[in-house]
Amino acid sequence: MKKYLALILALTLTISALLTGCGYQYKELNLRGTYDKSLKGTSLTVYNWGEYISDGADDSVDVNKEFEKLTGIKVKYLTFTSNETMYSQIMSGGISYDIIIPSDYMIERLINENMLQKIDTSKLSNYDLIDDSYKNLFFDENNEYSVPYNVGMVGIIYNQKLTGGDIDHSWKVLWDEKYKDMALNFDNSRDAFMTAQMILGQDVNTLNKADWDAAADLLKKGKANLQSYVMDEIYAKMETGEASVAPYYAGDYLTMLESNEDLRFFYPDEGTNIFVDSVCIPKNAKNYEAALMYINFLLEPDISTANAEYIGYASPNTAVINNEDYCYYKNEILYPDEADMPKVQYYHDIDSDVRTYYETLWSEVKLY
Amino acid sequence: MNKKTFGNKLVASPYIVWSAIFIVVPLIIMVYFALTDESGAFTLANLSGLGLYKKAFGISILYAVAATLITLILAYPMAYFMTKLNVSSQRMLFMIVMIPMWMNFLIRTYSWITILANTGLINTFLTNIGLKPLKLINTPGAVILGMVYDFIPYMILPIYSVMSKLDKSLLEAAEDLGSNSFTKFKKVIFPLSRPGVISGITMVFVPSVSTFYISQKLGGNKTMLIGDTIEYFFNLGPSYYNIASAISLVLMVMILICLFVMNRFTDDEDGGVLM
Amino acid sequence: MKILSKLYIALIILFLYAPVAVMIVFSFNSSSSVWVMGGFSTRWYEGLANDTTMLTALEHTLIVAVLSAVISTVLGTAAAVGVTAIRNRISKKVVMSVTQIPMMNADIVTGISLMLLFIFFGKLIGLNESLGFVTVLIAHITFNLPYVILSVIPKLRQTDSHLAEAALDLGCTPLKAFFKVILPSISTGIVTGFIMAFTLSLDDFVISYFTCGHYQTLPIVIYNMTKKSVTPDTYALSTLIFITVFVLMVLYNVLQTKSEKKRTETVRV
Repeated sequence: MKKYLALILALTLTISALLTGCGYQYKELNLRGTYDKSLKGTSLTVYNWGEYISDGADDSVDVNKEFEKLTGIKVKYLTFTSNETMYSQIMSGGISYDIIIPSDYMIERLINENMLQKIDTSKLSNYDLIDDSYKNLFFDENNEYSVPYNVGMVGIIYNQKLTGGDIDHSWKVLWDEKYKDMALNFDNSRDAFMTAQMILGQDVNTLNKADWDAAADLLKKGKANLQSYVMDEIYAKMETGEASVAPYYAGDYLTMLESNEDLRFFYPDEGTNIFVDSVCIPKNAKNYEAALMYINFLLEPDISTANAEYIGYASPNTAVINNEDYCYYKNEILYPDEADMPKVQYYHDIDSDVRTYYETLWSEVKLY
Repeated sequence: MNKKTFGNKLVASPYIVWSAIFIVVPLIIMVYFALTDESGAFTLANLSGLGLYKKAFGISILYAVAATLITLILAYPMAYFMTKLNVSSQRMLFMIVMIPMWMNFLIRTYSWITILANTGLINTFLTNIGLKPLKLINTPGAVILGMVYDFIPYMILPIYSVMSKLDKSLLEAAEDLGSNSFTKFKKVIFPLSRPGVISGITMVFVPSVSTFYISQKLGGNKTMLIGDTIEYFFNLGPSYYNIASAISLVLMVMILICLFVMNRFTDDEDGGVLM
Repeated sequence: MKILSKLYIALIILFLYAPVAVMIVFSFNSSSSVWVMGGFSTRWYEGLANDTTMLTALEHTLIVAVLSAVISTVLGTAAAVGVTAIRNRISKKVVMSVTQIPMMNADIVTGISLMLLFIFFGKLIGLNESLGFVTVLIAHITFNLPYVILSVIPKLRQTDSHLAEAALDLGCTPLKAFFKVILPSISTGIVTGFIMAFTLSLDDFVISYFTCGHYQTLPIVIYNMTKKSVTPDTYALSTLIFITVFVLMVLYNVLQTKSEKKRTETVRV
């Protein structure tokens, strides 16, 4: 009995020790911009990815609460799990949001469909902190509609204890019988297709329907090998050792590593997807001024660093990248130097005919 | 009976207006969406294209039928044994069966993951006593288990309510006439409990065939049931509302047919028996 | 036979409560996992007091449940009284069939059709945002109504209509006759309907999912959590709700048994 108690105690201690791995601490918020209470009493609806802001858990900074304290604006914070879900919510007209944080290709689509408002960057005193390499990108060439929030690449996470050491640096591991019932794949069309498209050596933005057919066939073939399709459920599955191999976003790997040190990560040799998630203001936003204030607040060096440490994704903010106290400072996964940089492709918004085509194909894969 | 009844039918008019706007009109809008394309022009393409999803329909019906049968097999003896207890234990058990329904079914379903996972309670126990772990989660069995678990109170309670009201003298009469317990069951108890069984079956089958959460969590998100398919398309945005409505329409018609068939087994003019 | 049947009942109860037990145990987990037990801690219960998302959602759930139950009970009781007065068999049949639709239809179909209505209507009058508190409340009232109506109607049938006629003959206004004579005899049906409506509303996930917009109720917040990594705080809140319900139910049961005993005793005396 005593042995068990000791074991439990030891486990508890290691868990709490691991938790204190990375977490930005500051005594007092240093602000670069100025914030006033002129909009006190109004509310701001923010629609963001799950697990995508420092929320006060494990003694981190609670970004929304700090913003509320500073400005008196009430933040209504809601989350989504994929660009597509977010898009459908915006388009339904059922709900209006003041801030959304979509990815590149979705921003391109929203701009094309005239769903976004221009962001007056001259009113953002912290805008100069954005690294130039994340400005003027294809989806918003004149930086009119979006302010970069996070950047990242997709790779493969594996549990080296369960896989018995190193594994092939290829997307093919998801199809490998060795990992039957232990491999996961994405539960969103674009990312899941990407894993197959990379193996097939396709352009991820191909307009050739036969390419999409081939990728769908490959996904169908791999389905029996998979344990499940996941989005953020991956955390629990990889952290507990329920699954051994899974593709996901690099930043999330770093978060998972904090609770399971057997996890490893690589960018597959075939190449991968790179993405930029940026802050936008939808057309039907109700509180534009507060939205601007919020964006500027997100760009604050202290806030950006807290978010970058909490989320674990690479930051486009020079105040974070150049901060030596930042716990992922020069981290080789997030900020690989040119020699280690994988071959990358951005997703682009695809012509609606082909888009409908691959969305239907994806439902076929899921139904297969 | 057809004399003057108290009350004026006008009192029902707020409700009649309400049900017209919030029950009938929404269904008409859904039918409209199912029969039009994105631009609003009439088309049968949504319905004729549903062949793609026949697997989802097939699996959903199969799982729901399996779940309903298992639930019935588990619930019937439970309800029967409950009626054999004294009144206060009966009431206590009734509550014990009902209480889980007050708890969020999402959480109750999610807890099953902890029990069934590869690293979950059952498999940890098995490996600790030196046995090989079983593949429990992410299987059709797990999905059906989730359905049985979530909806079994809807089977136990109506059967129990009907059985507990059975006329004791009928049973005694059967005994007096020399029936053994099997014939007593076959000739008296089962036929009389049929209304409870029928309403239990509908109350389990309908939510099982249309669920969209259980398969996502317990089935590894690999099998799309009809509910999952509808949710998937709704979450792709307004341009997919037409196809989603078409699938919903077929689901609804299917359920209506089932209910119609079921109703032929009962003669209660108000339809199903409530708890 | 007796022992076997008791064993069977015990097994079914075990089946019903195994996940509940898991939930309670893991709500005391010291680590943030709901899969692997780290150690004992009450930190998730302490954290609940500061969890604004969850508390707001709980508040939303209770507001919607209470309001929808009250409104549907009033509307539904009136409807039951009115419907029994309809003498045309066909129109009665039509009204009763429509009433049963939300009860018999799949939740997902009800939810989607209501959402389409709200969005359609919102666009029509140019609303910026068509889903929210009002729509989720309307949706809940709509699916609660049949349960209220169908628990009141049987009681109305059992009520002797001569009583009401007598009251009217004695000079009561119809309204007064209703409150003095009819209402007392159908009150148990009304209470049952109210409790059912309240329960259904509390637990509803599917219909709220499609109609609530920003006004997220507890099941919706929990759903969003199970899409990420569920932390034991959700379990802690559910445990508290479970204990509340359990205690209330047991108390109710004990009180009822007591009052019945008293009644039989007085009868005996």
